[in-house]
Amino acid sequence: MIAAYATPLERVWYYAFRIFCGLVLIFLMLPILVIAPLSFNADSFLLYPMSGFSLQWYEEFFTSPAWRQAFMNSCIVSPFATLLAMALGTPAAVGLTRIDFPGKALLTSILISPMVVPVVIVGVATYLVFAPAGLSGSYLGLILVHAALGVPFVVTTVSATLQGFDFNLVRAAASLGANPLTAFFKVTLPLVAPGVISGGLFAFGTSFDEVVVTLFLAGPEQSTLPRQMFAGIRENISPTIAAVATILTVLSTLMLITLEWLRRRGERMRGTGR
Amino acid sequence: MREDNAMTQLTATLPRGMAAEAAVPLKTQLRRAERMKKLKYGALIAPLVVFLLFTFVWPITALLKRSVDNPEIVAAFPATSGLLRDWDGRSLPSDAVFASFADEMGKTRGTPVFASAAKRLNMELPGFRTLMMKTARAMPPTDGQTAREAFVAADERWGDVATWQYLGRNASPTTARYLLASVDRKYDDAGHVVQTDADEAIYVAVLKRTFGMSAVVTVFCLLLGFPLAYLMATQPARIANVLMIFVLLPFWTSILVRVAAWLVLLQSEGLVNQALRAVGLIEKPLQLVFNSTGVYIAMVHILLPFMILPMYSVMKGISPAYVRAAVSLGCPPFKSFWKVYFPQALPGVGAGGLLVFILCMGYYITPALLGSPKEQMASYFVAFYTNQTINWGMAAALSAILFAATLVLYMVYSRLVGRQELAAKAR
Repeated sequence: MIAAYATPLERVWYYAFRIFCGLVLIFLMLPILVIAPLSFNADSFLLYPMSGFSLQWYEEFFTSPAWRQAFMNSCIVSPFATLLAMALGTPAAVGLTRIDFPGKALLTSILISPMVVPVVIVGVATYLVFAPAGLSGSYLGLILVHAALGVPFVVTTVSATLQGFDFNLVRAAASLGANPLTAFFKVTLPLVAPGVISGGLFAFGTSFDEVVVTLFLAGPEQSTLPRQMFAGIRENISPTIAAVATILTVLSTLMLITLEWLRRRGERMRGTGR
Repeated sequence: MREDNAMTQLTATLPRGMAAEAAVPLKTQLRRAERMKKLKYGALIAPLVVFLLFTFVWPITALLKRSVDNPEIVAAFPATSGLLRDWDGRSLPSDAVFASFADEMGKTRGTPVFASAAKRLNMELPGFRTLMMKTARAMPPTDGQTAREAFVAADERWGDVATWQYLGRNASPTTARYLLASVDRKYDDAGHVVQTDADEAIYVAVLKRTFGMSAVVTVFCLLLGFPLAYLMATQPARIANVLMIFVLLPFWTSILVRVAAWLVLLQSEGLVNQALRAVGLIEKPLQLVFNSTGVYIAMVHILLPFMILPMYSVMKGISPAYVRAAVSLGCPPFKSFWKVYFPQALPGVGAGGLLVFILCMGYYITPALLGSPKEQMASYFVAFYTNQTINWGMAAALSAILFAATLVLYMVYSRLVGRQELAAKAR
């Protein structure tokens, strides 16, 4: 609230500042809001005003073999890459929180680095060594590299969750007669699960949106949804792209809601929530 | 003896294993337990390390090694290459070198190994392929002719020491020429590093553009992101959470979706041009895509959340009491903001700015889809040399430069963020 004793200059500043922030918010949301309605356009131009309502572009997406294939490929590659990233990243995060050793900071930086190394370099490099090994143009190669790109997110989110985790709880469980497995599943996992799942969602999002490595490493049979979109945008942008974009946006909104719910649940369980 | 008995009686009630442990000093036991713990948790980290070594570290190392690899000449003429490396390079090489080269040329003539060596030599000195082909046809020397005579007879350039110097420079299994070429430098005939001819020199411009565009995008992200992050940090939690959704939703939306949306918005009949015309600001539609405007707008949009989130997390920890104190002590509001608030927010600005800059440097899709050839950054040329001309040396050299720049900035970034975490713990 603006104070009642504010000077005129302060008032102008107060409103100018808020208007500026409002414009930035519009800038952030505009593309997402604009593209969704066009996917229901009756004619094939991505222009406003729309000429009528139609579901033909969604029909096109669900019936065209190329799009179907791309969608199926994404549904194969991303879940496996996510599971692999979670299976490797979660134990590593536990290990990194529990012990200290020389070079730990360096090792952590290396484990996180797939997040920052330009993805073109990753794509070209993996193509260089995977092609002679017969891993280029295969689902396996794509899954491995997508998992490597997603792992840093799992490691960082699980580590962050473990920062607030009281390992005495595990000791207490053990002293009350729980064996290590029981203690893990009954005590550790429920508390750490939000971190693991958020990390997994990040990894999934990374893989599901990954196009550059896919461009280098995947053969025509492994073309994923983003790669198909890339080709579509490059050649001629049709409302089918808008339909795919809308579906993807709905998906990412669902992921965001899940993440937010997990974060709040985590805060509540650790008793730090407001 | 009695003590021993007592001990046996005492430990008899304990399980066997514990009795054995009781005999070991506590210190050793502790150390052993500590080591066991390290091994146990180390075993949890190991699979990921092995996995990343295979899928990430090894490929990148192999690619970077390619930037200095020079296998062609050594593969085709191993013995001659060895002799040339020992040659002083001042006068024509000895007869042994001529003989060995004649022998190896005769043996490899017509094979793919010979062809790739000739192609490689032709890269820097056009015409060398023809020279090699011509000479190879004259090998081995006819009877009564020394190898030296045969070479000079085939082409008199073999009597010139410069030809041999050029060959000698390329007879090593490693070369700096790709790295030099990626900063517009090359070897001249005498083997000195000189500037590439102006019509071939493009990479310094590309690298400058890569850093320049990243800097512009970072500055715009800061200008747009700072006020919003500040607003979010100073609002009550309920409003801040709503604002946060506005930041996170685009963040989570696929990059390709956003690129497609900007294409739709910025095309000549798109909403932005329609709006500008309706307001009367312009008469003819502006060209907003397939040039730098489109690339900048989309890149700022994509990277803005990466700027806002670190700034917000730092600003949330800044108590409003300091600025209030400064104002109550008579400092004007803007000055107290600049002198008291901004220095405290600086770590967040630094972290966000570095992150945006690092990510921006490696961008490929956005300029490829929304820019013209004039907006393509280093990543584009890495992809170009891999896909179009299959020149691994140049692709690797440009990757190496991009990688080195990323590495340096990433180290600065992790030190900055690490220090922030330490400070947060101390608080």
